[in-house]
Amino acid sequence: MAPALRTIGLHKNFGGLVATADVSLTLEPGARHALIGPNGAGKTTFVNLLTGVLTPSAGRILLEGADITGESAHRRVRRGLARTFQINQLFRDLTPLETIGLAVSERQGTGRDWWRRVGTKGAVIGEIVAIAERFGLGDALEERTATLPYGKQRLLEIAIAFACRPRVLLLDEPAAGVPEAERHEILAAVAALPRDVAVLLIEHDMDLVFSFADRISVLVNGALFRDGTVEEIARDPAVRAVYLGEEADA
Amino acid sequence: MLTLLFDGIAYGMVLFILSAGLSVTLGLMNFINLAHGAFAMAGGYVTVVAMNRYGVPFLAALPLAFLITAAVGLLLERTLYVRFYGRSHLDQVLFSIGLVFMAIAAVDYAMGSSQQLITLPAWLQGRVDVFGVAVGLYRSFIIAVCGVVVVVLQLILTRTRFGSRLRAAVDDQRVARGLGINVNLIFAATFAAGSGLAGLGGALGTEILGLDPTFPLKFMIYFLIVVTVGGTATITGPFLAALLLGIADVAGKYYVPEFGAFVIYTLMIVVLVLRPHGLFARAR
Amino acid sequence: MTIPHPPATRVTAALARRGRWRLPEVAFWALALAALFLLPGRYLILNEIAILALFALSLDLLLGYSGIVSLGHAAFFGLGAYTAGLLARHGVAEPVVGLFAAAGAAALVGFATSFLVLRGSDLTRIMVTIGVALVLGEIANRMAWLTGGADGLQGIVMGPVLGTFEFDLWGQTAYGYSLAVLFVLFLLARRIVHSPFGLSLCAIRDNPLRAAAVGIPVGGRLVAVYTLAAAYAGVAGALLAQTTQFVSLDVLEFHRSADVLLVLIIGGTGYLYGGIIGAVLFRLVQDELANLTPQYWYFWVGLILVVLVLVGRERVVATLAAPFAGLLRRFGRPVREA
Ligand SMILES: Nc1ncnc2c1ncn2[C@@H]1O[C@H](COP(=O)(O)OP(=O)(O)OP(=O)(O)O)[C@@H](O)[C@H]1O
Ligand SMILES: [Mg+2]
Repeated sequence: MAPALRTIGLHKNFGGLVATADVSLTLEPGARHALIGPNGAGKTTFVNLLTGVLTPSAGRILLEGADITGESAHRRVRRGLARTFQINQLFRDLTPLETIGLAVSERQGTGRDWWRRVGTKGAVIGEIVAIAERFGLGDALEERTATLPYGKQRLLEIAIAFACRPRVLLLDEPAAGVPEAERHEILAAVAALPRDVAVLLIEHDMDLVFSFADRISVLVNGALFRDGTVEEIARDPAVRAVYLGEEADA
Repeated sequence: MLTLLFDGIAYGMVLFILSAGLSVTLGLMNFINLAHGAFAMAGGYVTVVAMNRYGVPFLAALPLAFLITAAVGLLLERTLYVRFYGRSHLDQVLFSIGLVFMAIAAVDYAMGSSQQLITLPAWLQGRVDVFGVAVGLYRSFIIAVCGVVVVVLQLILTRTRFGSRLRAAVDDQRVARGLGINVNLIFAATFAAGSGLAGLGGALGTEILGLDPTFPLKFMIYFLIVVTVGGTATITGPFLAALLLGIADVAGKYYVPEFGAFVIYTLMIVVLVLRPHGLFARAR
Repeated sequence: MTIPHPPATRVTAALARRGRWRLPEVAFWALALAALFLLPGRYLILNEIAILALFALSLDLLLGYSGIVSLGHAAFFGLGAYTAGLLARHGVAEPVVGLFAAAGAAALVGFATSFLVLRGSDLTRIMVTIGVALVLGEIANRMAWLTGGADGLQGIVMGPVLGTFEFDLWGQTAYGYSLAVLFVLFLLARRIVHSPFGLSLCAIRDNPLRAAAVGIPVGGRLVAVYTLAAAYAGVAGALLAQTTQFVSLDVLEFHRSADVLLVLIIGGTGYLYGGIIGAVLFRLVQDELANLTPQYWYFWVGLILVVLVLVGRERVVATLAAPFAGLLRRFGRPVREA
């Protein structure tokens, strides 16, 4: 069976700055994979390359065996690659209801219906309700997104990525900036993601990484520094030095 | 043929002087100032009024045009423009179009809608023959003046403290502020200087571009072409763009008059679509 | 307190609310229709308002719903006007046929040029849209043998609308015709913006990055709406040509693109009625001010623009509209804090 996601020699430079350096990474189907690295290591850039926000300078990206390197961002989503953003990217003037509905109907292929009113497809409605309940957004569905509490906005980030029904889900620091008291809600939502979806989690909180992941990749200065099981990475003195050590200093 | 080239260069030089300020506003403040042409028009009318009503000699009217428009620019920058730096491009566009409309109507009211004429001093009239090429004296004068201005601008930008601060601010405003550079002051000073240059351009251009109240709209697209095609990173970019535009426009009107400005607009669209950061911008 | 519904019904109801007809809307259209019989002597200005409203409505589809800033929308208005005018001049006197032809021509050029505005910043979009309008203006000017050039296109003779309603001297038929076209196209636009397609446009306006990340083909949707808006503007231009039986280069000029932007800004973007309300206000104010100083009208247009953005568009419109705020909300005007 082909890996869920695979990159081969992925490379990106911004002018003279190498943000992603020859990264070859494999995500097995249903994997729980964490991507860690110091600030500015190039983790978000890597996700942007995978999802088509940025075009790689070199290298290839395979999703379930198919080459998607040149494909547009929305096609990748349709093929089953979804993501969340480190900094909220939401539709401020729409409601969570509309936002989730957009993702669902786009996936079901009814997103370009121009004659039918919104909200007249039972299949879409049913799924919106299920997703809202799964992510604890049931009460907030009809608020304007910009006015939601930050924690709810973070949940909505994950909910819309989930609504794309991905085979591979990329979570870029899902709990970033969320107050301690509300973190558990987001972590629970992440932990409860379906087992058959491969998840790549970017996260700075090492306790969380160790409890969530079964494989960890360490990115330093854009390059893949280490790649191994949780135990291997936890034991690796070099990783401790560049990453864990740094955290201890902070 | 060479005469045409010469005229094109003179025309392009004036376009550069007219647009230099706009390129700074855009690059430095990320502000879409569609009213830039109104400052040029102001310079033109200052010259006309000074010469025709008060008998000021042409050579004295030019610095006057620069100074008065620079003062007006400074005033408007401090009172109005400064409120729009952080705003959306739509707001900036609406605001500056509003200014253009007001300027056009106000000038129409004060000066009438007819073309304004100035009488050049005798020593700038006519053509001389240089190696078989008929060279207009006034156009030579324009090239000389604009050439000096370009050199001075380049020197200020590269050799003075002000220039290096300006370049730092264009490059990255936040970093520049962090370094303790007073970016607001630089904004105001460059805006005033840019307006003044536009005024000088308007004064020089009265004779070859014509001057009536619709000037800001008629030439708006030319200024925008110069800055978008030339990019805002350097002054050489807009300079080359202005020369190209001047030569292309003059040659186009001579050789293929039936196409009019068509070629230029089309070229602009092509450049914008293919190189949104300008023809001469450094690749990012 | 709301009665607890099963969630699915609640969700359906919430989504359906967006597109429901509200009483003031019905009243508005009834009033516009009543004017057809109750305001003789005002037909000319009513007709102009209806046409301007349609033009602004088309810009609202771009700016209000899709976030595309255009300063060259007159390109399509003018193209529609010339298409309809030329057809009529060369023997096709049926107005409705002219409308379809104008819509088709404008849509075609809109489609072709939409690819130019897909990418790029507001600035490149502004420049490209101005540029397209300039190119068309230049073409119309150069092809004087066809368009009449600076003298304008004269000798347009219109037949009765649908073979039944003759244009009269007072403009009653003209207003009725323009109002009917406005209403039909308004209904269509209303249907479209409340569809999944329309919702996806709002998503693109709010955040194109995220829109692509939920699988919305951003480029395709923008091409579609740009083409649609161009067709709408083309119809508005055609109405002008047919009801005034004259087309001049003026239809393609920059000030027309700027005017329609102002009209839309006055009325507010993103709820379809903004363009219509703006058109009513704009023409009424223009009528007043133009009587005082006919050729300096643009000074006041400029002043309105400057003041409007200086104080904050949303705020001015909200303050002026405060007495009617409840009413406007019932027109579906979105409430946004400044
Ligand atoms: N669009 C861009 N243009 C230029 N440089 C960029 C761009 N995006 C990112 N960079 C640079 O690339 C490097 C990697 O940035 P990136 O955001 O991928 O890091 P990160 O690992 O996600 O960091 P963090 O943990 O802070 O989120 C940084 O030095 C950043 O400044
Ligand atoms: Mg990051």
